[in-house]
Amino acid sequence: MKRLLLSSALVMAVALPVAAQDYTPDPNATQGGTITITYKDDVATLDPAIGYDWQNWSMIKSLFDGLMDYVPGTTELRPGLAESYEVSEDGTVFTFTLRQGVTFHNGREMTAEDVKYSLDRVTLPETQSPGAGFFASIQGFDEISSGEADTLSGVEVVDPQTVRITLSRPDATFLHVMALNFASVVPQEAVEEAGADFGKSPVGTGAFKLADWVIGQRLVFEKNEDYWRDGVPYLDAITFEVGQEPVVALLRLQQGEVDVPGDGIPPAKFQEVMADPDQAARVVEGGQLHTGYITLNVGIEPFNQLAVREAVNMAINKDRIIQVINGRAVPANQPLPPSMPGYTEGYDGFAYDPEGAKAKLAEAGLADGFTTELYVMNTDPNPRIAQAIQQDLRAIGVEVEIRSLAQANVIEAGGAGEAPMIWSGGMAWIADFPDPSNFYGPILGCAGAGDGGWNWSKFCDEGIDAMATKADSFTDPAAPERLELWSEVYQRVMAEAPWVPVFHEQRYTMKSARMGGDDSLYVDPVSIPVNYDYVYVTE
Amino acid sequence: MAGYLFRRLLQAALILLGVSFITFVLLYVLPADPVRQIAGRSATQQTVENIRQQLGLDQPLLVQYGRFLAGLVQGDLGRSYLQRTEVSTLIASRLPASLLLMAGGILCELLIGLTLGVIAALYRGRPLDQGLMVTSFVAVSAPQFVVGLLLLYVFAVQLGWFPIGGYGTLAHLVLPAVTLGIMGSGWYSRMMRSSMIEVLRQDYIRTARAKGLTRGRILFRHALPNAILPVIAMIGIDIGIFMGGIVVVESVFGWPGIGQLAWQAIQRVDIPVIMGVTMVSAGFIVLGNLLADIVTPFIDPRIKMR
Repeated sequence: MKRLLLSSALVMAVALPVAAQDYTPDPNATQGGTITITYKDDVATLDPAIGYDWQNWSMIKSLFDGLMDYVPGTTELRPGLAESYEVSEDGTVFTFTLRQGVTFHNGREMTAEDVKYSLDRVTLPETQSPGAGFFASIQGFDEISSGEADTLSGVEVVDPQTVRITLSRPDATFLHVMALNFASVVPQEAVEEAGADFGKSPVGTGAFKLADWVIGQRLVFEKNEDYWRDGVPYLDAITFEVGQEPVVALLRLQQGEVDVPGDGIPPAKFQEVMADPDQAARVVEGGQLHTGYITLNVGIEPFNQLAVREAVNMAINKDRIIQVINGRAVPANQPLPPSMPGYTEGYDGFAYDPEGAKAKLAEAGLADGFTTELYVMNTDPNPRIAQAIQQDLRAIGVEVEIRSLAQANVIEAGGAGEAPMIWSGGMAWIADFPDPSNFYGPILGCAGAGDGGWNWSKFCDEGIDAMATKADSFTDPAAPERLELWSEVYQRVMAEAPWVPVFHEQRYTMKSARMGGDDSLYVDPVSIPVNYDYVYVTE
Repeated sequence: MAGYLFRRLLQAALILLGVSFITFVLLYVLPADPVRQIAGRSATQQTVENIRQQLGLDQPLLVQYGRFLAGLVQGDLGRSYLQRTEVSTLIASRLPASLLLMAGGILCELLIGLTLGVIAALYRGRPLDQGLMVTSFVAVSAPQFVVGLLLLYVFAVQLGWFPIGGYGTLAHLVLPAVTLGIMGSGWYSRMMRSSMIEVLRQDYIRTARAKGLTRGRILFRHALPNAILPVIAMIGIDIGIFMGGIVVVESVFGWPGIGQLAWQAIQRVDIPVIMGVTMVSAGFIVLGNLLADIVTPFIDPRIKMR
């Protein structure tokens, strides 16, 4: 057995000299106060096994905890409800020791039985969890998901403070999976009492508890006085107002009625806000684990020819597309975003070169160009981006017909392999957890290339797949050789050009003047828009 | 009367049945799979199949529709796929807000539309009339999204007379109701104008004038009740148009009505919610038309119920 805790702390110590292994309370923080956050869409559910929208994701994080967690404002793993853990030499057995004296919002103490119950619950087919697939490496997953078993044989309760999880294969991302909302620990009695409505009356161990929920209007979170992490949260309460148009939310922010507009600064108002020094000073910019891309379906002519895919890659003027979204992005040359471990520094990708693109088309015997279709989601700014792509391709003789549809229809066409090209905007991949593997399997690997999968290029290269499997068999997710391998995977993918990586969107969070806390909390890579547990108000 | 009512109610039920079937079929043939929406992007094929089976979405269309109808007659609209709550709870929690907004909107459109229509008719052909008719044309054509934001900006942000969106008090209702009323008022003012002009040409108005009645008495006692008749019949039909309008207005003002619910459900193919909102809206439209038909004979005895 070896303790991983120390080795990962060591890696982080290089990057962040300050004790990044855990959070040091902010000396300037003040206790108390209530903030108001707005959203356009309703909050669907607060059940951690179900919620998978970007607005309820961070809310659930504040209501529940899992065995693992992230250092606020970073992508560094830290123990959550687990106090420590040990990993066997072969990387298949994880033994977690739980913290003593952690209680659920209903007052009962959390034990190892709850951890087992929660993992069984999220993987049982009846729960219909969209996250069940993340737990596929746990022993007994296949039996539970096919209905042959009603419990995961790989999760054992050793004693009330200890859980042992056995994997059927080494999985470098397993600790990240244990930090996902889907792995949150829930109390059985509360789940059974609420039945199918647990998502409307959640009970967890988190920093906040749900105090009030008026459907379609507002949710109120109230501070959990018995929270097991000392000193946090700072806020007494958070009010989430739903059904608020982003433009209206911005007006209310300017009037001091709202603290953070959850949907961000509306595109039409972005330049106006950034031109006003007073408002611009309250905007925090940060990267996010996002890539916007065009998929080129390798199963549809003429995209089955590498030269054609390369030509399209060379024809796209990424800087101009970024102008369409007011410069709120950085150009992409590979699938991984720059802040993701495994990103290849110094990789050039395909430069913008219309003449070169024409030469490539001629090489493929298509000197006169061809006609094809581009599927795009019908909300702004996506159709405008599609038009920019259309113009770029027209310049090399390719006529593109734009098919602007509702999100669900584009996803369906992509999954069925009917779409020659798709612009991913509005459905683009944002990482579930900060690990390079998350950008491969479902969207570029053979596993996602089947009918209904999210690999809309239908690109499947078994050699690259084997490399990815090897990279995921490491025990330490941050091992340099592992990241090296992932970097190579994505370079080999780009050599086959099934995608045109277009840009990585930047995040811009606007806050009211009274909001306090480090800027990194406002662009937290895991909690969007804000890490609620650690921000505070200054008045 | 009773026979007439019975026939109309039967008709209404058949219309609703037709609406439910057409909507159901359209959602069935829609090239978007609700199971994919529920299962999410990381789901395995096994998970997708499990969910499809549990929701009965692997059954043939008619079996699914039969199940929906069986639930409907028992007042069970099913559970939302994405919110995992009873559809009836979702609708019940939002319907009062929509009805309030609709009532406010109808009141506004009548107040604005009828007044302007009468004034325009009295000043027929003169610059005031022309000005009003151009205004009504603009009112009908202006996008509600823009009108709403404009009102919000001027009266809530700049002047601070009303709250910036939200729900709860009468002050919250004013701006959304006016936004909704402005479009309708355009129609009503034009209808009221032509109807009023028509009535003012009638012999009995000339008689009244000859009797030496005052201008006001002629207008309010003789002309208005006759001129308003065709306009009243419109209100029932109008409910249908309103149902469309509230989707936009509710979204601009953060009004927690069923329009918002419908919009979100459509985006995510949440079939039970779409069906529920459609049935409730269709119910109101049918009811509105029915009421209009029942009320008209009371206002105008020349019209008989058959």
